[in-house]
Amino acid sequence: MTTLGETTQAGMPAATKTRASIPGWVSALLPLAALGLLAVAFSITNPLAVFESNLPVAEQINVERIALEPGRMIVSVVNGGPEAVTIAQVEVDAAFWKFTISPSPLLPRLGRATIALDYPWVKGEPHVVKIVTATGTTFEGTVAVAAVTPRPGLREFGTYGLLGVYVGIIPVILGLLWFPAMRQLGRRGLGFILALTVGMLVFLLIDTMLEAFEVAGKLPGVFQGAPLALFAALLSWLAIAAVSSRRGGTSSDPVANRLWVATMIALGIGLHNLGEGLAIGAAFALGQAALGSFLVVGFTLHNVTEGIGIAAPVTRDQPSLWRFAGLALLAGAPAIGGAWIGGFAYSPLLAVLFLGIGAGAIWQVIVEVGNLLRRDAERDGLPLISWLNVAGLLVGIGAMYATAFLVKF
Amino acid sequence: MHDSKSLSRRDFLKAGLFGTAGLAGIAAAAQSAATGTAKSPAFAPLPSVPSQDHTGHDLTGTVGDVDTSRFDPMQYLTHFDYGRISRLPTGQTLREWDITAVDAEIEVAPGVYFPAWTYNGTIPGPTLRATEGDRLRVNFYNGGSHPHSIHFHGIHLPSMDGLQVVGSGDRFVYEFDARPFGLHLYHCHVMPLKRHIHKGLYGTFIVDPPGGRAPANEMVMMMNGFDTNFDGENEIYAVNTVAFHYERHPIPLKIGELNRIYLVNITEFDPINSFHLHAGMFKLYRTGTRPDQWEYTDTVMMCQGERHVLEFTLEYPGRYMIHAHQSELAELGWLGFLEAG
Repeated sequence: MTTLGETTQAGMPAATKTRASIPGWVSALLPLAALGLLAVAFSITNPLAVFESNLPVAEQINVERIALEPGRMIVSVVNGGPEAVTIAQVEVDAAFWKFTISPSPLLPRLGRATIALDYPWVKGEPHVVKIVTATGTTFEGTVAVAAVTPRPGLREFGTYGLLGVYVGIIPVILGLLWFPAMRQLGRRGLGFILALTVGMLVFLLIDTMLEAFEVAGKLPGVFQGAPLALFAALLSWLAIAAVSSRRGGTSSDPVANRLWVATMIALGIGLHNLGEGLAIGAAFALGQAALGSFLVVGFTLHNVTEGIGIAAPVTRDQPSLWRFAGLALLAGAPAIGGAWIGGFAYSPLLAVLFLGIGAGAIWQVIVEVGNLLRRDAERDGLPLISWLNVAGLLVGIGAMYATAFLVKF
Repeated sequence: MHDSKSLSRRDFLKAGLFGTAGLAGIAAAAQSAATGTAKSPAFAPLPSVPSQDHTGHDLTGTVGDVDTSRFDPMQYLTHFDYGRISRLPTGQTLREWDITAVDAEIEVAPGVYFPAWTYNGTIPGPTLRATEGDRLRVNFYNGGSHPHSIHFHGIHLPSMDGLQVVGSGDRFVYEFDARPFGLHLYHCHVMPLKRHIHKGLYGTFIVDPPGGRAPANEMVMMMNGFDTNFDGENEIYAVNTVAFHYERHPIPLKIGELNRIYLVNITEFDPINSFHLHAGMFKLYRTGTRPDQWEYTDTVMMCQGERHVLEFTLEYPGRYMIHAHQSELAELGWLGFLEAG
């Protein structure tokens, strides 16, 4: 309010008195009231009627999830279009099929519905569900490989949890086992390892962000998937940066400082692994387990580098075993949570958010490890961008790229 | 193949959760294996036992029913429009019809509305029926938003052939003699032809032989399809427009009575359509032009524009399924029942 008053005074001194008499809250509400008036005037006079004519409404139905029960399909749909849509008929594999829909076949904007069909789906084979709206427009959802969708149960929680342990905790522990070997390295060698960590993180950053965009592209337009991913990344970066700076003193205790960086790395990797667990859990839930064990081994190898990254900042210290255990848990355990969410309650919207948060966290970790690398280089009188460090960076990216061959086809 | 493709995390998300065009193709290829319920029992029931047709058919098909107050496929089935009849000075019979092209919204399956172009507001248009040698006069008014015409099959002057475009709001009088006898059809012949036909501008045109055919229970069936999302493929197939209508409402027939179906294929986009009668056989008179020549079968394949006269009697009480013998077309709406009793 003070800013407004000052501007008015500077701009038009004569009006100062009258303006000052208007209470602050009135002038704050004025633009909103004007906006409301405009909206009312717009809806009454309809100045854009000329554009309406008989143009068909662009309908948009998104098939969010197809859950399979024995002899039954449960299809979750959301209306991502600008207008209400009526679902008239449903085809499965190019055959009209009887269905029930709840709560209503009429979906308002952003409205949801669940369609149930008694369909004799075939295990291991793909199926296509096609929604036909009242205007004859069609929208498809695909089951890539049919299998019974797991329901949350003790055994299922155990299985999916184990999946998370395999792709999250075990590889990090395996990577941490290099710790004694890493301690044998000289200062230049340690710089190399830190640069390698940065390289690995750069790979994860790009990978996570691309994945976020890919999922975002499949969201209904109204959710603005790509900006959502970017804002989630921005927020998580700033949040972690704020926590780091509140911790303040970087000079007080270098040992605690380096442990802090390791913890940050573990957190960033953990958030990334959450997204990874989410994708794997969802994929397994959708019946992709046929080549599952091979895939899990692939992810385990792919993620081993993460353990090296976490250990890199603390190689000249002697952290206790339980600290290592904590770091491994911080980095790996989110994969378990991700696998659970992905397996039992997958939502693309949630996936975009998590992936965005993961990307932001990784960016902040890159900044922190970069700082560590720079401080070490300054202390030792070595250049930051030395051939050795560049080589470390490239080896980090290269290792991730090469092991990604095991999990990308 | 699709297994390995869907293995990466990102591709998992693509293929597993949202589907890809490629996988949809695979699924379409595998669809016939998925149901396995397209046939009713192959055995002929004993005369005293009603046939059992509910082998999973309760699950298939569309949900709900159409509003028959605007167009009732059951009425269309047996309604023949003989026109306004008068006699010319020469003694020749004159039959006159008024046909108007109008844009209309047509319910092609329960709750699914198709933005159609029609003759007289329905798809198919009226079934025009005359006897060989009659003079026919069709007063055509184009009340639609696009130029249209009426192209009749048969023998007549090329100037009466419907190639002349009749603009929106214009009129044209088609006048010619009904010949030869047989089963014909009429449809719009304005370019782009595919669109003018698949939007609904067609109807059946029957020319009876002098003296007529043997008395029978007569029905008209136009095999048609609807591309409701305009992607160049039909989403909905039917006889007489409404998907599965005669499945929901079986056509009542009498045991031992001669039945005659005037069967016309006007299906756009698909190269062929077909007709299959369960638990019976029919005499097939190709184009209905040669009463002395027929074949005996239970399935016939027809190109777009082909039409045949089918004659048969049903011996046993019960439901006799009729459908396109292409399973895909049957499951997308071209499937119904004859109910003999």
